[in-house]
Amino acid sequence: MIEVENLTKAYGPVTAVDHVSFSVHKGEILGFLGPNGAGKTTTMRILTGYMPATSGTARVAGFDVFTDSMEVRRHIGYLPEAPPVYPDMSVATYLDFVLRIKNIPADKRRARVDDVLEKTSLGDKRNQLIKRLSRGYKQRVGLAQALVHDPDVIILDEPTVGLDPKQIIEVRHLIKNLAGNHTIILSTHILPEVSMTCDRVVIINKGKIAAVDTPLNLTTQLKSGQRIQIEANAPEKALQELLAQIPGAGKVQLDTPRADGHIAATVEAAPGQDLRSLVAAKIVEKGWQLYELRGVSMSLEDIFLELTTDEVAQPQATN
Amino acid sequence: MRGLYAIYRKELGQYFVSPVAYVVVGLFLLITGHFFMVYVSYASGDQPDAPSWVLRAVLQLFALIFLFLLPMVTMSAYAEEKKRGTLELLMTSPITELQIVLGKFLASMTLFAAMLLPTAGAIVYMWMHSDPAPPFRVVLGGYLGALLFGGALLSLGTFLSSLTENQIIAAVLTFAAFLLLWAIDFGVQAASGPTGQVLQYLSVINHYDDFTRGIIDTAGVTYYVSFMILFLFLTVRSVDSMRWRRA
Repeated sequence: MIEVENLTKAYGPVTAVDHVSFSVHKGEILGFLGPNGAGKTTTMRILTGYMPATSGTARVAGFDVFTDSMEVRRHIGYLPEAPPVYPDMSVATYLDFVLRIKNIPADKRRARVDDVLEKTSLGDKRNQLIKRLSRGYKQRVGLAQALVHDPDVIILDEPTVGLDPKQIIEVRHLIKNLAGNHTIILSTHILPEVSMTCDRVVIINKGKIAAVDTPLNLTTQLKSGQRIQIEANAPEKALQELLAQIPGAGKVQLDTPRADGHIAATVEAAPGQDLRSLVAAKIVEKGWQLYELRGVSMSLEDIFLELTTDEVAQPQATN
Repeated sequence: MRGLYAIYRKELGQYFVSPVAYVVVGLFLLITGHFFMVYVSYASGDQPDAPSWVLRAVLQLFALIFLFLLPMVTMSAYAEEKKRGTLELLMTSPITELQIVLGKFLASMTLFAAMLLPTAGAIVYMWMHSDPAPPFRVVLGGYLGALLFGGALLSLGTFLSSLTENQIIAAVLTFAAFLLLWAIDFGVQAASGPTGQVLQYLSVINHYDDFTRGIIDTAGVTYYVSFMILFLFLTVRSVDSMRWRRA
């Protein structure tokens, strides 16, 4: 449904998107994941026909976005970063206007508006002026605008920004339900969103694609060995030594012991090795009490950081 | 066509939900109404050709008020769309830049015509009460001239609004541009010979003056129509160029 090849966009000396290639199959949800400024929005703007690329090609629904822009635009619904709404219009008037500029004939407009209002649970806001709506509702109106003409391809730039947790879940549900009939690209920098909604993920950083795969494959493939978390009642030094001596063990990290003598430790194992039973046996052998032992695979978060941060580890800002 | 009409309809609706239309039309009618009464009371002596004189005075006053009011009509045309991000919606929908630009321009022309229309009441009043009746040629020429002159200013204002994201800046730029066009007329009076003739043709107010005398000249019509086409074309180019700029 969407094929992108060697797409490049330069703003003067700055290359925002650098030889990006990927494809999206019909009915699939593709997640576009990357830190702010990675080139997600630029890629989406090129796909929607908003701006031309510097080089490379992109086809949406079989039409080239450069030579057949109008055809592409007919097949696309697009939610930009900020919902493109007119504050002085009511929700229904606004959606009717959107249908008009999408060239939908008059006899179909009313039903489409009703349908999308129901899908986005905006029914009771139908006649409200958009400026009187809360940020979350405005975002939903923006989403409704992208769906109202029932396009084949839906492109959503950070669709859950500004929503409360309940609304986020609703919107994710909605997006999941749209898949199958629609092909969807959504961008986000929220990782759980990708693993929850997307069939495949494109991780993009500094304009380049860092990885393309399913969320599951990314987590298993890149899990560079397992990590084992332990909680035991043991002398700090001896535990450290014991764990380090286990064959196959990598880095060992110990937290400061708690007041009751419990100590938490993390052991990194080489890829393909399961050290859990060995670790348990060794600890019990020493006569220490083992309270917890579990294998942790790397989260998408870790992979994301691994792929998008430079070799020199940067201090990660907490939010 | 559907796209153009959708834009036109939306723009017109926006004029009337915001205070802009009411302020512009209201102020225009208040000022012209007041001065109409003043001119009539002036002229009602034994001045020869009083109806023509009153008409011309009112039509010239129109031009002056346009200078102040018309920047308000066009200031938001593109500046607001850019600021709100709605331009991104328009430009990713299956409509052309030309449809957007024409839809918006025709909407501003409609508001402008709606603002002129009630002044016809004054003309009707003159017809009923003045002797001799006001010359029809002046009425026709005057209103045609006002529409063309105002249309030219609106096309310029539309273009300037497409250059900025801030509607106040758009309004100030438009006002400054109108003043500048006005200033050409001072040059006409100062210069002589070929320079003067060129300036006279370029002067946006000079052609309007002919219309208020009841002279419907093809040169004037051509001038204003070309003016509008030029600035609407520039607006299309300017809107199109936004695709190349970094947002």
